[in-house]
Amino acid sequence: MPIRSAQDLVLVRQAVRTWSAELKFSLVEQTKMVTAASELARNTLDYGKGGQVTLQMLQEGLRKGLRLSFEDQGPGIPDIDLALRDGYTSGGGMGLGLGGARRLVNEFDIVSKVGEGTRVTVTRWK
Amino acid sequence: MERIPILRMGQVLLVTIQVDMHDQLAVTLQDDLTAKIVDTGARGVLIDISSLEVVDSFIGRILGNIATMSRVLDAQTVVVGMQPAVAITLVELGMSLPGIRTALNVEKGMALLQSSMDADEAVLEVADASLED
Repeated sequence: MPIRSAQDLVLVRQAVRTWSAELKFSLVEQTKMVTAASELARNTLDYGKGGQVTLQMLQEGLRKGLRLSFEDQGPGIPDIDLALRDGYTSGGGMGLGLGGARRLVNEFDIVSKVGEGTRVTVTRWK
Repeated sequence: MERIPILRMGQVLLVTIQVDMHDQLAVTLQDDLTAKIVDTGARGVLIDISSLEVVDSFIGRILGNIATMSRVLDAQTVVVGMQPAVAITLVELGMSLPGIRTALNVEKGMALLQSSMDADEAVLEVADASLED
């Protein structure tokens, strides 16, 4: 799914809600995943100058999960540890987006190259 | 342009957010509310978020801004109706909504607003009385 405008954020939230409901996530799990998606999609839009998200349903033995991969070709993050720290922001936000999203999921992975872009992958298991 | 309606009930402005808010809509609400407080001289703002399924850091920040701005304009804000799943998620996200007063539902929120508006009036009267002495 493309992330090009604030309206796309709403569409991403709705898609993640539908997918997590399909996986029979509890209401709290759904809300956490949708909120994490909202934070990361906004980062993609505001800092990455737009990009895309890929949704993927996972099955590992008996457990099921939902994986979201946010990619942009923006300026990249020079210091990932700093960006993950609560309260740090290079924009006008509260500095909770990246670190907060990490707390809302089970697995969190971030790859960023300055000048090339950023990919954040999050997974939540049922 | 899409807008969230603001209803006036006596000295209170009532906002019920019924749609999945995109960022621009939240910013518009912030602008509309502050303008309406000035226009009507409202003393209280009640925001019902019971239909909101997601409150992320941006919407949380806007709610905080609204509370602070209304305070500066001599009005009080109470946010009511937060869903349990939203509360759990907000705390885990790391937001405690500082400066925002909350109540469980519209009825309790109205009572809270009324009592703090009454308290404000009482303080004003005491100040008036001491001026007369």
